[in-house]
Amino acid sequence: MVISVVLVTFISLTFVGAAILIQMQIGEMKGYWYDRAQVAVYFCTATDNTETCAQAETTDEQKAAVEAQLKSATLEPFIDRYEFESRELAFKNFKERFGGSPGADLASPEFLPESFRVKLKDPTQSTVLIESFSGVPGVHSVRDDRQYLDAILTILNTASYAAIGLAALMLIAAVLLIATTIRLSAFSRRREIGIMRLVGASNRFIQTPFILEGVFASLIGSVLAGAAVVALVHFFVQGYLLETVGNSFGLVDVGDAMIAAPILVALGGALAAASAGIAISRYLKV
Amino acid sequence: MIRFDSVTKTYPRNSRPALNAVSMEILKGEFVFLVGASGSGKSSFLRLVLKEERPTKGQIHVLGQELTTLANRKVPYFRRNLGVVFQDFRLLPQKTVFDNVAFSLQVIGKSRGFIQEAVPDVLKMVGLAGKTNRFPHELSGGEQQRVAIARAIVNKPAILLADEPTGNLDPATSGGIMTLLERINLGGTTVIMATHDVGIVDQMKRRVVELTDGRIVRDERSGGYQTQAVPIVGFGMGGREKAQSDFELLKTAAPPEKGTAQ
Repeated sequence: MVISVVLVTFISLTFVGAAILIQMQIGEMKGYWYDRAQVAVYFCTATDNTETCAQAETTDEQKAAVEAQLKSATLEPFIDRYEFESRELAFKNFKERFGGSPGADLASPEFLPESFRVKLKDPTQSTVLIESFSGVPGVHSVRDDRQYLDAILTILNTASYAAIGLAALMLIAAVLLIATTIRLSAFSRRREIGIMRLVGASNRFIQTPFILEGVFASLIGSVLAGAAVVALVHFFVQGYLLETVGNSFGLVDVGDAMIAAPILVALGGALAAASAGIAISRYLKV
Repeated sequence: MIRFDSVTKTYPRNSRPALNAVSMEILKGEFVFLVGASGSGKSSFLRLVLKEERPTKGQIHVLGQELTTLANRKVPYFRRNLGVVFQDFRLLPQKTVFDNVAFSLQVIGKSRGFIQEAVPDVLKMVGLAGKTNRFPHELSGGEQQRVAIARAIVNKPAILLADEPTGNLDPATSGGIMTLLERINLGGTTVIMATHDVGIVDQMKRRVVELTDGRIVRDERSGGYQTQAVPIVGFGMGGREKAQSDFELLKTAAPPEKGTAQ
């Protein structure tokens, strides 16, 4: 029975830990990307054929007009800083990011647009820029890098909700199992309990060993779950994931897992104490 | 010491009350037999004194405490003043005689030193000095009951409740147990004993309270198992009229039985 309590708390709290880690990952990514998140104002290349481009490269005057608008009193308060990305710089960045992937060799500088990379003070206010520059002659498009991130964050958020949902179900199972275990344990010792009540042992004296039994089993499970979460981060995230995807955005590290682990242990202990306390209380009713 | 004020106890799913408007008083140092058929309310009476049950109506005072208003968390401390003995001994089979008695002291937080002193003393008093390290299954029924009594009195309770303590024992052994209970009573402990044992009650000549269908039908000093003497009156609230009317009833309704009862 104790082993089953250990296992169930172990598994359920591992899910809780995973959910906490995913939320931490989301926070980490938000911090990393929002720090860099930029709105790109792309200029036309000779091959672009949209309303504002008309198969002609953006002229220097048009670029200057855009830059003037960025400096203007209306937009200036929103902008942290901006910089011009020339064709060569864009090509260099492109090769850095996608170098080695098939098709990357086909790219050449003349296909890549020039752009203004604008960093906003508040990354959520990108619509201001998008509205200002859409339809301006020579501007091919205005794109908020954050939209790519939002898709990833949504996926991660959903994953963490799924993990929390699973964890909640498992935790209910764990609580019920602890209650059953303690009730069985109390039943097998009902003679002792009866005599203790008869001779006037205080309720706390009677229930403490049972609550400790539940808490002890659950604490073993919680510590295992904490260890599992730390191991997951150390070997999977910092080992496998780091190697395969690289740390192009912030990944959770062992330090984050070390924050999650004590939360799990505390949660496991508190839940076990509560459920064992309720389970034993019916043996103590006067 | 113990006072019942028109106490009624009704159990759920049973319309007939186990105790019906019972009023009585037991004084310090008394030895009281509770007699009556099975289901007459003897065990309910003892359980109410122990606060294992709450009365449906009425008030119970035990040792200066009003039990209906006694907080649940104070009940354990209240019970430390009571000793209880049962028909089935209720010993812990995996503990020795010494440990069984010591257990009741350990769980109320007595020191090791106190236990080492008190347990051998009480075992000597109940006549088990040489059997401290035996297990319950190695003892006879009478010896097991002595262990149970030792456990009940080791904490020097003011009241000893005994629910058919001789119910499982042969007459000779029962005699020994009664001698022990009498000695405990002489030490100042109030003893209340529920029993079916005619011989013991008739021989001891102590106060007898007879219950029938949850009512006290007789309360007499130096009584026997069945009615022989004039019932005492004046105990409890409103008991005088009740006792007298019962007495009249007995005299008029069943005069021939008096002869056969003896």
